[in-house]
Amino acid sequence: MLRSLNVGGRGGAVIPPAALVRRHRAWTDTAFRVVLTAMALLVVVVVVWMLVQLVAAAMPAIKRFGAAFLWTRRWDPVHDVFGSLTFAYGTVASSLLALLLAVPVSLGAAVYLVEIAPPAVSTALSFVIELLASIPSVILGLWGIFVMAPWLRRVVEPALASVFGWLPLFSGPTYGIGLLAGGVILAIMLLPIVSSVSREVIRAVPQSQREAAYALGATRWEMIRRAVLPYGRTGLIGAVILGLGRALGETMAVTMVIGNRPQISASLFQPAYTIAAALANEFSEATTDIYISALIELAAVLFVISLLVNAVARWLVWRVGAAPRGAL
Amino acid sequence: MRIALRRRLAGLAIAGFVVGLTGLGASIPGAGAAGLVTLNAAGATFPYPLYSRWFAEYNRLHPDVRINYQSIGSGGGIAQVQKGTVDFGASDAPLSDQQLAAMGRPIVLIPTVAGAIAMTYNLPGVQTGIRLTSENVVDIYMGRTTKWSDAAIAANNAGTPLPDLAITVVHRSDGSGTTFHFTSFLSEVSKDWADKVGRGTAVEWPAGIGGKGNEGVAGAVKETPGAIGYVELAYVVQNRLAYAVVKNRAGQWVAPSLSSTTAAAAGGAQKMVQTNDVRVSIAYAPGPNVYPIAGFTYLLVPQNQTDEVKGKALAQFLWWAIHDGEKDAPQLLYAPIPGSVVSIDERILKTITFQGSALLASLAGR
Repeated sequence: MLRSLNVGGRGGAVIPPAALVRRHRAWTDTAFRVVLTAMALLVVVVVVWMLVQLVAAAMPAIKRFGAAFLWTRRWDPVHDVFGSLTFAYGTVASSLLALLLAVPVSLGAAVYLVEIAPPAVSTALSFVIELLASIPSVILGLWGIFVMAPWLRRVVEPALASVFGWLPLFSGPTYGIGLLAGGVILAIMLLPIVSSVSREVIRAVPQSQREAAYALGATRWEMIRRAVLPYGRTGLIGAVILGLGRALGETMAVTMVIGNRPQISASLFQPAYTIAAALANEFSEATTDIYISALIELAAVLFVISLLVNAVARWLVWRVGAAPRGAL
Repeated sequence: MRIALRRRLAGLAIAGFVVGLTGLGASIPGAGAAGLVTLNAAGATFPYPLYSRWFAEYNRLHPDVRINYQSIGSGGGIAQVQKGTVDFGASDAPLSDQQLAAMGRPIVLIPTVAGAIAMTYNLPGVQTGIRLTSENVVDIYMGRTTKWSDAAIAANNAGTPLPDLAITVVHRSDGSGTTFHFTSFLSEVSKDWADKVGRGTAVEWPAGIGGKGNEGVAGAVKETPGAIGYVELAYVVQNRLAYAVVKNRAGQWVAPSLSSTTAAAAGGAQKMVQTNDVRVSIAYAPGPNVYPIAGFTYLLVPQNQTDEVKGKALAQFLWWAIHDGEKDAPQLLYAPIPGSVVSIDERILKTITFQGSALLASLAGR
């Protein structure tokens, strides 16, 4: 610490030199560093330990089903036939659908709050959006069953079917409950997270960026599109990834509206199943060892999906961060 | 039948109460010396409302015995009993031979109450009480009957205008005893179902969408015209849902109720005596006034207790539960077990031992 301060030199002018050479200060510095390092490591240890435990507990299923677990579509607890493909599909499809719906709205809301709304409106709206984040997911789920799903069945799905019915995506009977409902409820849950993080990112864009854009004769739209958004894109991608993380793991609200049917269907109207929902649904009443083991392997699959998503996100942030910033 | 049964039950309950009192007298010296006895239990969620009433009531009568029950689900209950972390467990589905063998020590199963499962539906303009044969229910859940106007359904509902609606099948998505009992019924009725799908707390459903919990199934049915689902009887009564009248093995149309469920349980008692096994299915049981979609819920108790004080307290509590405790069942919409099952339970309780001697020996003179 001492050395780095001397070498860096930057803070040297602020911290009195006498303080730097005092012995006990050096000792507390070391302790401080050790404690912080331990805290950071603890997170790593917990993650690794979880993965190890998951794999260990899933071993009977891994041995019995092998890699075929990943592409088997059946899930039959009576005859002990287990496969994760339909659940993995449901997890990824519902999360992507949620992002597709939530990101444009969240970004739009964030831009409005920072760039356009008068301060009073901005404060009030921000409060309401953040309030959305504090609704327990089971309440959202019940609202999903009793309000949203009937509305989807009566209004939205027939409308989609009548216009885009020729697409497999919008074909088949409409239940209200299904992949679309799962995606919409997830989108509602992502909205507050993605929009409040985006809002902070946009707020952090230096005023000089905006002024420069205006000075070049940009309209407000051009200013936002060419100066603000490109400048904050690393942070904005981060916001989306945070949302995706939430979507992948969300359980309660999704399981109440997605229909909980392990199948892969081209139609958004059909029921689907996510990994988190399957775990919440089946774990407590799973009675045979191989069944429990298969559920744990399912959890491990979710873990790996989350890891992959985060790895891709890192790579995206890194790539975007490395690229030249903004057009200005 | 109903009145006779009630009288019998009342008689039994009184007898049980007297026995319970004698038991209490006998237990005070032993238990008092050891102080407070705490029993830990875990398992099924379906009977939890009744069990928690039992534990509270028993603790009021016997302040020296406290029972902690975690309603973590049957699977959890079985696992905890296997690990020996609880004094007894509870499961909606009876344990298979394989599961019992895996326990590593003898475990007795004690049927406590029976539950019925009602078929609820949403047909605009149609009141409660449409008639469904057991085969209708199988075909609907197999995905073979897809319209309410299907001739097989219409045949028994001559006066009811059945709409030309597609049937939306709704089932439980969470593993549950309700699903176990319902799929047991389907398996008893149809060999096809037994072979292709089978029975379990969760199965690979040939058709339909899954709702989480009774509320999830009821919600999906309520909001989807043309939907049919299965929920616990208590749920149907409390929420005034429409339910179907189902044709039983004897050819009668029977509505789900406590008395028709107890009648099913009485049918099960005969089978228990014949097979010398409590793990009988009372789904699609023979006999008059029997509601066909029903099942027992069980307590799992290690037969050879390792702690005399605890073992004695447990055995006495169980004795109280199957006699006095049963009186609380109807109020909470569980069907009490009939006298024939109570006497089978008595025999089982007397086999619970500590170091080879029966813990309920003082009561064995009955």
